[in-house]
Amino acid sequence: MSDILVDINKMHFQRGGRVIYDSISLQVKKGGITAVMGPSGIGKTTLLKVIGGQLYPDSGEVLFQGENIHQMSRKRLYDVRRKMSMLFQSGALFTNISVFDNVAFPLREHTKLAETVIETIVLLKLEAVGLRGAAHLMPNELSGGMARRAALARAIALDPDMIMYDEPFAGQDPISMGVLVKLIKELNSALGLTSIVVTHDVKEVLTIADYAYIMADKRIIGAGTPEEIRNSSSELVQQFLQGNADGPVPFHFPAQSMQETFMGTKS
Amino acid sequence: MNWLISLGASTLSRLSAIGNASLMLWGALFAVPRLKNISLIIQQVYVVGVQSLLIIIVSGLFIGMVIALQGYTILVNYGAEGSLGPMVALSLLRELGPVVTALLFAGRAGSALTAEIGLMKATEQLSSLEMMAVDPLRRIIAPRFWAGVISMPLLALIFSAIGILGGHLVGVDWLGVDSGSYWSIMQSTVEWDKDVINGVIKSIVFALVVVWIALYKGYDAIPTSEGISKATTETVVFSSLAILGIDFVLTALMFGIN
Amino acid sequence: MTSKKTELMVGIFVALAIAAILLLALQVANQGMSGNGESYNVSAKFDNIGGLKARSSVKVGGVIIGRVSRIYLDDRELIPVVEMEISSNYIKTFPETSSVSILTAGLLGEQYIGLTPGFVFPGEDPIYIGDQEGETKYIVDTKSALVLEDLIGQFLFGKDSG
Repeated sequence: MSDILVDINKMHFQRGGRVIYDSISLQVKKGGITAVMGPSGIGKTTLLKVIGGQLYPDSGEVLFQGENIHQMSRKRLYDVRRKMSMLFQSGALFTNISVFDNVAFPLREHTKLAETVIETIVLLKLEAVGLRGAAHLMPNELSGGMARRAALARAIALDPDMIMYDEPFAGQDPISMGVLVKLIKELNSALGLTSIVVTHDVKEVLTIADYAYIMADKRIIGAGTPEEIRNSSSELVQQFLQGNADGPVPFHFPAQSMQETFMGTKS
Repeated sequence: MNWLISLGASTLSRLSAIGNASLMLWGALFAVPRLKNISLIIQQVYVVGVQSLLIIIVSGLFIGMVIALQGYTILVNYGAEGSLGPMVALSLLRELGPVVTALLFAGRAGSALTAEIGLMKATEQLSSLEMMAVDPLRRIIAPRFWAGVISMPLLALIFSAIGILGGHLVGVDWLGVDSGSYWSIMQSTVEWDKDVINGVIKSIVFALVVVWIALYKGYDAIPTSEGISKATTETVVFSSLAILGIDFVLTALMFGIN
Repeated sequence: MTSKKTELMVGIFVALAIAAILLLALQVANQGMSGNGESYNVSAKFDNIGGLKARSSVKVGGVIIGRVSRIYLDDRELIPVVEMEISSNYIKTFPETSSVSILTAGLLGEQYIGLTPGFVFPGEDPIYIGDQEGETKYIVDTKSALVLEDLIGQFLFGKDSG
């Protein structure tokens, strides 16, 4: 088998009449960290949901280990999903059960392990994210960063082949951001995972990514190793990297001209 | 021409909503036979059933007492206060028990179900279940559905029984109707299969409808705070209208045609 | 994940529901009486049954002994026939000379069948209702329902209909 884990080929996706992806292609290498960057509101989360088989593209194909996700039977899809897991932006912990039960949840659902074994696994996973002491807390007692780490422990509970991170750094203070960057990097090498990180925090993710894609305006506008991205000559890429307010991505949301709006004249 | 187009469009969107809701119901109905789910159902029976118990008992008691009071003042004019028993029992068993229980249930448990499911959707918990290869229909929707269908008839029976006792309290203990005639005329008038069983059938139908609406509205809610509040309101409004409408049809079928 | 407390509360809930069912079954609907045990059929022909319905009760001196099971029109004589189910507790109890009449419970109450037991000639082998075969299984001595309009008619026009 090739070393490509996820292969997206000329994928076209639209929702509510609005085109979100116009024929994009990207590959995720096995064992690496692939970053997908782009401005907010461009549908990066949607991309992860398409890979996870929750949303269906209008055309094109998405292959996971050489198999088309969207042509699988429902049963096969659920089998495949056990090999992937996803860290949601909000963490998506189940709010009615404790952190411990949250991490134990996938184990109890999918395995028939004895409760003592589950307890050991759960505590090990929590130890990996540094939250063993918080096992008995309820999700609403955790800070945002801790909730995300608890969700990460849950995501690795079943030892998946691939983890998709949805905006793991959004809204984090510098310390928890640093913790998450370190965790993503370490988990990836220690567990032999493949990671897809979707984010707009360019600096952080470029320090750990093996390969990066930049998306804007429904297309992929730049791709390469972090080094190549930094040295890219594309104006668009540079605007995004440096965070300039205006540039190829305009400051203004598309609108009528000022004159038309305020003077009521029609051209 | 334009109104024809908009009529067509709204019909199509209604139909597709009904289709989606049916698919959801289908998924929930066929997710029963797993042993693991039993404990989930018990937990939900606790949430939708046991926690509705207080409001059901209190309402049942007061409604029974009010019927007895109102009934007595009318019946005593004809010297027929002996018929208070059957009047209280029949109105509770045939109508008020199932209907008021269903309305209270829609307000108490239905809205809570919608809000819970809607929030789970908004906080990506449903999505994350799906990504963990756990079917949310099976894990979240089905246990709530069955718990509702089990709980509502039981609540309605408790409501009726408490109401009849409340009627006894007012009619016999306060207004002095003869206790013997309260019970015996009730016994000779109320029929097990026609009155009690039909009431239970009604409340099972109401349960199906209310829980279905509540779960679908939550599952289909727009995942914002505004969307969830709208879905919750719609659950209560639609369920109440559906209960009253279906009640008329069922009553006509059960008692109307002799 | 279901805690003991949850299970206990659900248990109490179900127990309450069962108590409600028992109350409804025994105290309210009197399930014990109507559905219980065997019964035998007796028929009677009336000229007019008034407001009698299926499932109306059959009483002897106020004691319920059975219910009306079916009411239909005899297709030859064109008069109503009432079929009754009498509890088997009362088999071989009422002689064939017993009479049935359609009575009303109170002024506004519902109508029921009152059975007045007949007498047995001493020294004769008594024949009981329900024993007879064929045509004779009808109770012969019947008294129809009182129809208010007829009563008023009799009162207004004297004793011409006697």
